[in-house]
Amino acid sequence: MKRENVAEISTDKSVKVKKKISKSTLNEWKWAYIMIFPTFIGLMILNIIPAIQTLILSFENAGAFGKSTWAGLDNYKKLIQDPDVIQAVYNTLGYTIVSVPAIVILSLIVAVLLNQKIKGRSVYRTIYFLPMVAAPAAIAMVWRWLFNSEYGLINYLLSIIGINGPKWITDPNIALISIVIVGVWSAIGYNMVLLLAGLQEIPNDYYEAASIDGASPLRKFFTITVPLVSPTLFFVVVTSIISAFQVFDIIFMMIDKTSTAIKNTQSLVYLFYKHSFVLNDKGYGSAILMLLLAIIMIVTVIQVKCQKKWVNY
Amino acid sequence: MKKSIKKLISVIVATAAIGTMLTGCGGSNTGSASKGSGGDATITYAIWDKNQEPGMRAMADGFEKKNPGIKVNVEVTGWDQYWTKLDAGATGGSLPDVFWMHPNQAARYASNGVLTDLTDKIKGSSLVSLDKFPKDLVKVYENSGKEYAIPKDFDTIGLWYNKKLFDEAGVPYPTDKWTWNDMLAAAKKITNTEKGIYGFGAPLDMQQGFDNFIFQNGGEVISADKTKSGFDTPAVKEAMQWYVDLSLKEKVSPNQQQFSENSYTAFFESGKTAMALFGSWMLSEFKANDYVAQNCDVAVLPQGKQRATIYNGLGNAIAASSKHQEEAWKFVEYLGSEEANKIQAESGVAIPAYQGTTDLWMKTQTKFNSKVYADMLTYAKINPYSKETDKWQTAEKESLLNAFTGKVSVNDACDEVAKKVNVVLATEK
Repeated sequence: MKRENVAEISTDKSVKVKKKISKSTLNEWKWAYIMIFPTFIGLMILNIIPAIQTLILSFENAGAFGKSTWAGLDNYKKLIQDPDVIQAVYNTLGYTIVSVPAIVILSLIVAVLLNQKIKGRSVYRTIYFLPMVAAPAAIAMVWRWLFNSEYGLINYLLSIIGINGPKWITDPNIALISIVIVGVWSAIGYNMVLLLAGLQEIPNDYYEAASIDGASPLRKFFTITVPLVSPTLFFVVVTSIISAFQVFDIIFMMIDKTSTAIKNTQSLVYLFYKHSFVLNDKGYGSAILMLLLAIIMIVTVIQVKCQKKWVNY
Repeated sequence: MKKSIKKLISVIVATAAIGTMLTGCGGSNTGSASKGSGGDATITYAIWDKNQEPGMRAMADGFEKKNPGIKVNVEVTGWDQYWTKLDAGATGGSLPDVFWMHPNQAARYASNGVLTDLTDKIKGSSLVSLDKFPKDLVKVYENSGKEYAIPKDFDTIGLWYNKKLFDEAGVPYPTDKWTWNDMLAAAKKITNTEKGIYGFGAPLDMQQGFDNFIFQNGGEVISADKTKSGFDTPAVKEAMQWYVDLSLKEKVSPNQQQFSENSYTAFFESGKTAMALFGSWMLSEFKANDYVAQNCDVAVLPQGKQRATIYNGLGNAIAASSKHQEEAWKFVEYLGSEEANKIQAESGVAIPAYQGTTDLWMKTQTKFNSKVYADMLTYAKINPYSKETDKWQTAEKESLLNAFTGKVSVNDACDEVAKKVNVVLATEK
């Protein structure tokens, strides 16, 4: 008897059953791998391999034009003592702690509101999604003008009602809040769309049953909507946190290198950019990136572990 | 029927989508040269100033006429991305054939073998001779006794003033006899805080800011042998104190927080500062700006203990990795010749570094008193540079920021600058 393609599948520890893998299954597997092959190649070349290279670079003293010498833990030692890096960690954490709850809560409220059958619903959805489509440079330019303390629109409107508006992007104490405002404004659209998809998965029966029992809209929201949209919500929270930790382009385009507020707003990715591309010290920049990676990984692992406590699948 | 039409449409859309994707990928040019049909060689010439593109194109055309068979592609990349792109190209081996070089980066590129050594080529050339260019500029592009770029132009810093604001305050225009005190007195008279008008713009900027005053006070930004910072010397501290006082004590200038929101150029172009320092490269922008063209003009810088202005000059270099060394050299040689520099002068985009062409350039300057830029060359000091210019300039700016906000005394900030800059200079050995 010829032994063809056979796999051992032990369903019961005491009995081993040999199941034959049919040619069609193998064929499916082959095609599956072929289909994911392009993405896999892209992932390897554009994500995995550069990540490994960055890790290696962080242990090197990167010289000009790709020539580097091994430096062991020097970059990391410098990292721990660098006041700029420590401040950047605070800035990045501050940005994340303020912007993520704002994004999640606002996106959820907007998604719930736009899930109702109201007139012009698709117009509203489009308007909310537009910030995602606008180019970051254009967004930064417009907000920069809006926030201008002497000639900007926001302070002008405030002055009409008698409030002397603050220096939004040059006051070290307020600049980060301004960055948060722009960050939240641009992220609501995307997360709203994700949550809308999650909301539409909730069967209407639950709401009808609750109405019959006389539940108020707010009660329905907290007892039906939130638990049932929690898988999508979990996804939104995790990706928003990761994205918030990586904030860079808003800061880079709204706050100059010589701005009075730069020290209180530069994020870890901003510092990475400064050291790797402006000062050409790619080794140190890579070490900063490794620090960021460690922080994001720890936070994500904690979130995944806590998943069981509040996410209902 | 319907199903097959739908299928047809989806196939067409999918093909179109993939097609545009592929052409998009293939169309992006990394600046590598290509050989056209019929033995034509095409070389790329990378520059960063859109305003100068017409002049560069004119020179390229002159070259192509004399050298049929070689085509030149002038590519503009904005200043902010130019060096990042060039660095990436140098590391990856796909540089443009010929490109502009800047003193800040020249030593780094030359000492790492990115640029072709031009010494012998220049010696054997009948079109190019290095003694036709300012000595300091030639030295900038030298490394270990070899030449790596041929100077292209020079720029100096002048004192721009707003005639309208001067007239309104009844103050006579700047003359070439002006001193620091004259400038301060005029600024005080013009400053009108109610209207938000300042007499002078004194931002945290080196080339278009305090470096000029440092040299005028007899100080040095870095020592001549590039081993020490000059910021712990009394001459520099005095100049820095005077400059910072303009915004913090005398209040004749907006403070750095204001400059963080609106650039110092915007302040001048909107008539909010009556005087400011700008380099000759700003001439095209100012000529095109209605307000400045009508109301402003330029004068020589005032003098301190001595006369000084910062001058800088770009150079044309060849990538060592270029596959068209012959053609690239022919082009660079042409760019360094009298004929090309005459074309550059007549296009008015920059002041050629070639001796004797300045008059031609001045003829193109009808709007402003631009001749002062060329006149100042006699006492100009070369823009401070070394192997790692970017690194110590960044450290300098960051330490000085605290002095400009008044958080730290100028004296302490200067000491911190000296310490940090010395650390960077020490790594250059």
